[in-house]
Amino acid sequence: MARSVTPRRKLLNTTVAWAIGLLIFFPILWTILTSFKSEAEAIAAPPIFLGFDWTLENYRIVMERSDYGRFLWNSIIIAGLSTILGCIIAVPAAWSMAFVPSKRTKDILLWMLSTKMLPAVGVLYPIYLLFIKMGLLDSRAGLVVVLMLINLPIIVWMLYTYFKEIPGEILEAARMDGATLRQELIYVLTPMAIPGIASTLLLNFILAWNEAFWTLNLTAVNAAPLTAFIASYSSPEGLFFAKLSAASTMAIAPILILGWFSQKQLVRGLTFGAVK
Amino acid sequence: MSLKSTLRAATALSLITAGSAFADAHSATITIATVNNGDMIRMQGYTDQFTEATGIAVEWVTLEENVLRQRVTTDITTNGGQFDIMTIGMYETPIWGANDWLVPLDDLSAEYDAGDILPAMAGGLSHDGTLYAAPFYGESSMIMYRTDLMEAAGLEMPAAPSWSFIAKAAREMTDRDNDINGICLRGKAGWGEGGAFITAMSNSFGARWFDEDWNAQFDTREWSDTLNFYKNMMDDSGPSGFATNGFNENLSLFNQGKCGMWIDATVAASFVTGADSTVADSVGFALAPDNGLGKRSNWLWAWALAIPAGTQQVDEAKQFIEWATGTGYIEQVAANEGWANVPPGARTSLYENPNYQAVPFAQMTLDSILSADPTDSTVDPSPYVGIQFAAIPEFAGIATEVSQEFSAAYAGQQSIEEALEKAQAITNEAMEAAGYR
Repeated sequence: MARSVTPRRKLLNTTVAWAIGLLIFFPILWTILTSFKSEAEAIAAPPIFLGFDWTLENYRIVMERSDYGRFLWNSIIIAGLSTILGCIIAVPAAWSMAFVPSKRTKDILLWMLSTKMLPAVGVLYPIYLLFIKMGLLDSRAGLVVVLMLINLPIIVWMLYTYFKEIPGEILEAARMDGATLRQELIYVLTPMAIPGIASTLLLNFILAWNEAFWTLNLTAVNAAPLTAFIASYSSPEGLFFAKLSAASTMAIAPILILGWFSQKQLVRGLTFGAVK
Repeated sequence: MSLKSTLRAATALSLITAGSAFADAHSATITIATVNNGDMIRMQGYTDQFTEATGIAVEWVTLEENVLRQRVTTDITTNGGQFDIMTIGMYETPIWGANDWLVPLDDLSAEYDAGDILPAMAGGLSHDGTLYAAPFYGESSMIMYRTDLMEAAGLEMPAAPSWSFIAKAAREMTDRDNDINGICLRGKAGWGEGGAFITAMSNSFGARWFDEDWNAQFDTREWSDTLNFYKNMMDDSGPSGFATNGFNENLSLFNQGKCGMWIDATVAASFVTGADSTVADSVGFALAPDNGLGKRSNWLWAWALAIPAGTQQVDEAKQFIEWATGTGYIEQVAANEGWANVPPGARTSLYENPNYQAVPFAQMTLDSILSADPTDSTVDPSPYVGIQFAAIPEFAGIATEVSQEFSAAYAGQQSIEEALEKAQAITNEAMEAAGYR
């Protein structure tokens, strides 16, 4: 029997949920507000919340100084292609682990995840040397491969979890009806796991968009994405907080908008199979 | 979207990617890695004029100082060839020059007049007498203080004060009720942040990082005196949370009128007297303090342009360096933006120019630079070159760890004695592992 929720309890829950939401969102809100302040107002103590002279000057300076379009384009290409490539590799891998598991499947899954525990800087030099040899430094292709490999364990794990929720009998029935493996994957498994695949793709896209170690260390000019754009406004010797905030706002805006519009799918996908 | 469509889209995007990369590869450009600070950003604004004059296009990779250091170090040690010019400092230049990782700048044109570079800067950017990086701007450190607060305290700042005077003045100027701290100093962990300040300060107390056999010296009375003096003074007269304050935090406090004195980089002089400062009209300058031992507590640093040995465009890179660090650029900036905004601390002729001499902080900047000698920075002899650092490859790693221990002591998480004991152990262990001992 469902437990009844009193109006008072409902109000309390709503208030707490909003408070937590605002707390999490506050740093982003503060960054956005700071981007409209002058440098002097940005460092004012006590801090000014809303009562400042709103200006677009920082955005004008950032647009004048940097080729935002090029950074944005690189971010879209790198995050997008690494996500698609990751999915192409991860779907068959997760399928085999979910529906044709071997004795060592769990070990393989754990081993894949363990690669995420290695500090990235530990393999910087080998990868850098490899990139020099292969002519991949400062190339979008190189970054696509690296980011895909970094996020692959997470994609496989997530897809494996979603696929495990799908009854194997359905796939079996498709095989009985004469479906090939390719048809089974494309026409039976994928449509059923769409919410899970969509949320995996979205999450992976966000992870690739925000990745800052490899994107800063393996790029210079041609392939530099928005992480490099933000890094160019950070300075330990000089107060450029308002400009840095404007650059940050411009860098996170596309992904925030994407997250906003796809939040239903994200939540649905992330909670897929959580409640039975 | 079906898998087939997805694959088609992926292929199309790959072609676009490859296409634009091909186009980029065929344009004649030099790529410069640089730091994000006011002078460097200003230079980027003038780059079009260089391109017009020479036909050489310039691509900038601007990064935060620590990210840049990691980025260019990775590239030069692997001969990656990503950059034609790198912005590096006095720490890297002699080490990289000694390893033949940089192109010697010993054949710059007569018009460039390399002899005009301030001797302290040229010395710090050379190895075995060969210049490996041309200074874009140079800095030392000095005292910036509030003339109105000093006057209200009934004190007068000497041109070359002692640490005891500074501690006394800091106490007198502190007004906790009005949120005014007598003194603001770096305490933040990091070899280039609090580590740089305390190392330079320790020189004036007679301390040094190593003896002549590369043994760590943190177990000496001089280091104990340095850290105890610093902590006592900051506890008395510094801002709360000073253990995490770096250049930017102190600049922010000073500009808001919350510091009586601030000892930091000379380049800060243009910020504290600039439009964003609320105390611009009441700022005075003095040499960094000493302790009567013959060494002051100021450092020496330059951001300089160097050519990595792996570049294919040495001639184009040299042309750019001559343009950016030559006298013509300085005159151009002065004409457009005023003499206070020209890159300071690099050339002797700048300080002989009457127009520049009228800038309030010009003379004190020069005096500070001239009083710093990286080849003789300690009271007792030491085996290293450098004032706020020891120019050996291991220093950055060791000093970062040591400064973390010091910051923990400033914050009261451990005693000064514990911090020094740990610093001694960290340093000796690292030096032994590196084969110095």
